[in-house]
Amino acid sequence: MKLYKFVIEFLQIAILLGIAPAFTGWVRMLKCWSQGRTSAGLFQPYRDIVKLFSKDVLLADNASWIFRFTPYLVFGTAVLAGGIIPMLSLELPIASTADVIVLVALFAIARFFTALAGMDIGTAFGGMGSSREMTIASLAEPAMLMAIFTVSLASKSTSLSEMVHVIYSGQSILRPSLAFALFAFILIALAETGRIPVDNPATHLELTMIHEAMILEYSGRHLALIEWANMMKLFLFVMLGAAVFAPWGIAQTGDLAAIFAAFLIMLLKLATVGIVLVIIETGLAKMRIFRMTEFLGSAFLLATLGMLSFFILE
Amino acid sequence: MDLNIAAQLNSFLAAFVLLTAFGMLVQRRMFGLVHLFMWQGLFLSINTAIVGFVAGKHHLYISSVLTLSLKVILLPYILHVLIRRLKVHKEVEVVENIPMTMLMGIALVIFSYYLMSPVSQLSTLVTRSTLAVALATVMIGLLMMITRKHAITQIIGFLAMENGLFFAATSATYGMPLVVELGVALDILIAAFIFGIFFFHINTAFDSLDVDQMARLKEED
Amino acid sequence: MTVTPIGIVSSAILLLFLSVLLASLLKNRQSLLINVSFIMASVSSLLGIAGGVWAVGGAFTIKLILPLGLPDLPFHLRIDPLAGFFITVICLLSFFVSVYSIGYIKGYLGRRPVTRLVIFYNLFLAGMLMVVLADDALFFLISWEVMAAASYFLVMFEDERIENRRAAFLYMIVAHVGAIAILLSFGVMAGLATGFESFNGYTFDAMREAQLPLSWATAAFLLAFFGFAAKAGVVPLHVWLPEAHPVAPSNVSALMSGVMLKTAIYGMVRVTFDLIGTYPWWWGAIVLILGLISAVLGVLYALMQNDLKRLLAYSSVENVGIILIGIGASMIFTSFQMPLLAALALIAGLYHTMNHAMFKGLLFMGAGSVLHATNERNMEQMGGLIHRMPWTAALFLIGCVSISALPPFNGFVSEWLMFQAFLLSPALPSPLLKLLIPLGAALLALTGALAAACFVKAFGVTFLGHWRGHHMPRVHEANWPMRTGMILAALTCLVLGVLPTFFIDWMDIIPEQLVGTKISASSGVYGWLWLAPVARERASYSGTIVFIGILLVVVAVYLILHVKPGAIHRAPIWDCGFGKLNQRMQYSATAFSMPLRRIFGFLFIIRERVKLSPRGLYTAVPKRLNYYLRVRDRSWGWLYRPIVEFSFWVSRQVGRLQQGRIQAYLIYSFITIIVLLVLSK
Repeated sequence: MKLYKFVIEFLQIAILLGIAPAFTGWVRMLKCWSQGRTSAGLFQPYRDIVKLFSKDVLLADNASWIFRFTPYLVFGTAVLAGGIIPMLSLELPIASTADVIVLVALFAIARFFTALAGMDIGTAFGGMGSSREMTIASLAEPAMLMAIFTVSLASKSTSLSEMVHVIYSGQSILRPSLAFALFAFILIALAETGRIPVDNPATHLELTMIHEAMILEYSGRHLALIEWANMMKLFLFVMLGAAVFAPWGIAQTGDLAAIFAAFLIMLLKLATVGIVLVIIETGLAKMRIFRMTEFLGSAFLLATLGMLSFFILE
Repeated sequence: MDLNIAAQLNSFLAAFVLLTAFGMLVQRRMFGLVHLFMWQGLFLSINTAIVGFVAGKHHLYISSVLTLSLKVILLPYILHVLIRRLKVHKEVEVVENIPMTMLMGIALVIFSYYLMSPVSQLSTLVTRSTLAVALATVMIGLLMMITRKHAITQIIGFLAMENGLFFAATSATYGMPLVVELGVALDILIAAFIFGIFFFHINTAFDSLDVDQMARLKEED
Repeated sequence: MTVTPIGIVSSAILLLFLSVLLASLLKNRQSLLINVSFIMASVSSLLGIAGGVWAVGGAFTIKLILPLGLPDLPFHLRIDPLAGFFITVICLLSFFVSVYSIGYIKGYLGRRPVTRLVIFYNLFLAGMLMVVLADDALFFLISWEVMAAASYFLVMFEDERIENRRAAFLYMIVAHVGAIAILLSFGVMAGLATGFESFNGYTFDAMREAQLPLSWATAAFLLAFFGFAAKAGVVPLHVWLPEAHPVAPSNVSALMSGVMLKTAIYGMVRVTFDLIGTYPWWWGAIVLILGLISAVLGVLYALMQNDLKRLLAYSSVENVGIILIGIGASMIFTSFQMPLLAALALIAGLYHTMNHAMFKGLLFMGAGSVLHATNERNMEQMGGLIHRMPWTAALFLIGCVSISALPPFNGFVSEWLMFQAFLLSPALPSPLLKLLIPLGAALLALTGALAAACFVKAFGVTFLGHWRGHHMPRVHEANWPMRTGMILAALTCLVLGVLPTFFIDWMDIIPEQLVGTKISASSGVYGWLWLAPVARERASYSGTIVFIGILLVVVAVYLILHVKPGAIHRAPIWDCGFGKLNQRMQYSATAFSMPLRRIFGFLFIIRERVKLSPRGLYTAVPKRLNYYLRVRDRSWGWLYRPIVEFSFWVSRQVGRLQQGRIQAYLIYSFITIIVLLVLSK
């Protein structure tokens, strides 16, 4: 039985590795359609990754070990996070390793090293990207934790499996606190995964890029790992949101049929989130960097209102 | 309808009323403000109907309809016309330090909860928990009037305050007597007209709707 | 004679005094002096660790009365788990720093005599240990003064520079204002314990016994809190920290920041939890709020600094704030009779005390190595040091990761525990606190995230990129003793982060004695592997698995990708086809913090000027550009300047009394005597 759980754990990580690029491909495809372009297909991200893996690495002269270590670390934290967030089943053996706070910190450690890697080469772009990324992160993180705290107040736990349990068994879905927290979470997820209106994943324009600026000097397998980890991060945020706010479908028992059903429902959720994401991204323009305080301030406001309404209204 | 679900719906709508109040606090565009005000009225009217149903007070249906027609249809229409006539629909108001205003709003919510928590512990109504939200809505309306400079936003802030009072009446005692409510509704309508007329005068006198211009009325020494 | 923890610690102190004596004998053999006395300091630190660990582990409470001191007022010494814990923290860091100092102080050889440094270093260590051991007000204050005076001379070590003398003077003033407040606080407690006529109230035992009326207890608490806050560098009493820490020798800054501030924390915990005992909730609220303010402002000020050691000093303000958040929350929970939560918050605060000692010590040692190698404190002139100083860079990075509260290092554990304590606050009966304390958690999260930004800046600008100055000096790696000290501190950071349950189980006795219950951190099947302070369903964290997990994936991916040897080509950076990139085109420290400076600008006094000198006709192409930026602390303007002006005003008024005629002075004395006689009648 113990072994079986580990099999599910590995299955989940495999799904993370396998489906994350497809999800990014799906978002790009929808975006192309919404803008009247022909898309490169669902599987283009895979082809990109394979291509990058087969290329040689070109390093700048003064790149230090931090620059070379960062891609592995970023990838490693993403994989570990994938083992913690319940996507298919609640019975994950390593889920109790980390609660939501640790999960946020895992993303933070990846960001910390990416920012350092951005400064390693000594170009202006890298430093600019690092500076902006850390600024946005430092505003997003309190809002993120507030949103999570709101949910964990309701579920009396910060452990993800437990949160899912409680929301599953909750009598009502009409909880204003959760609605607020969800809104806040969406805003923060947009900021954290570098989507429009905070950052544009498709741009390489000098003055607007944030995340791309930090990884500008990467090539070959390093870039492949970072890109892949980035796709996983988007996927993981969707999964985190789904687990906390819409856990329906996640298998509570370990039997195979339930897990298969959970898998199908997960695909359905991903497809829906992709559509919503594309609607948001097409409908909004990228913001100026100093409007970000208002954007993230609203996220914080929503999360705080969620928390307040938990006390006042529930 | 189940009492429990009704209570949940009630608090859900209360949360949205609060959200729209915050939205108005930080909204820069004129039409955006009017729309938010409309939404607030809508939530209020639905909420009143639900409370009326739960409490079995049928006069609340009337006030619900009254709210709907007055605050969702008539007043926004008047404001629309006003904004168009005054040609301020493209104006974007300068709002100083939005994050700070938000934090002040949050502080007001906490303060109202602190004030109201003994009251809501005594009360037995289904709606008792929304009392704090109602008070907060009133105070946020006032805060909005303080932080904004444009005359149109002032009146919207005033109307939002009134919404909060109405909400407070519904949640504290299942609404005021019908006569009072009708009177208040009439008052608001007339106030809106008077405001409108005043705005035209202000606009012609100062060439602007910025209420800071009023400082010029002070006698120079 | 049997061996007891207090005996071991006392012998450590004696050894330090011996080392002081020896130092004055070995004055003429500087190199030998350094070796001998720092090895002695290391040995006595090891003794101290043994005594401290034992005292906590065995839950000893042992008293000792020395036949020293004033007639009829002997010195009382006492070791209990709380004291043992702080002794362990102090000695752990002082061991690392003493090892480090063997190498670091050698850098002064041939430049200036170091005898004074060595003597006061040892006295300083002894003073800190004595403060923690003291069990009466008299001995406490004497030790407190020994510690303050020794550190004053250490800050003054390079006294030919005016900024050092000014910093030391400022430090002295703040330390003494604080000491007076502490003295008064003890006076209030002692006076109420046994009445103002008797002196027997000066022992801590008498103060513990005393039942103080609330008003006097409040006065005693506020005075003590003010005094200790001045030492700990709580905003707005923090101004001496960023002045004194940068100018002191780096091993001393490591100790001052790492453990001397902690003696003030010790004092607060001792006075509130032990001596006073019961108190209303708003005392805790004061501590909590000041902690939050210190944490947020400290890290924001730190972000604005370009001087590496100043940055670290401000970050100490932040971390003291975080510790106070834990202690304040614990006080609130205690006053509402919620011992479990109080224990959790207290453990979080104390664990952060230990963690901060380790990583801040490490960071100051790293900054010292950089200073030692480059003679440069300004980050704008540094860069690319990772290539020349790989060891220092890697160890400094561990410090940065730990202080930024990132798993699996130790800073994260204490922050996580604090979040757990905050999340349990809805159990509080007061509606206001219920709403406000989670907002405090948001501020704590903000602090953590800003600290990460701050240390990305500190590490990135100092060690990464290219050298930013004009000429790269002959930078050398830190020597072995220095490296050893830093490696030990870095390892401690890792161990404290990966195996927190051992340490928390070890120190669980402290909350049991102070607030009445333990938290039993480990639970579940695997016990020590998981940290689950409340219940396993509530929250759990395993630093070990996070560490091993990340390590496994990283190694596995690395190996998979290197099955087939892929080529790595080195090339110059792509310069977009323009001329060669030079080191002046890098992002600077000022630029890095610019977005946050704009967002949080209202908290500072910022003066910013850009001057363009146009080149002839082409105004769009400036010939040169001057950028002037000055960021100042607001507390100078609204707190210190009025005080300074007021004291000048008072001095001028009092100055009128000065007549120069002897008769006038005799009249003053006469009047004083008359007044006193009338009063005492």
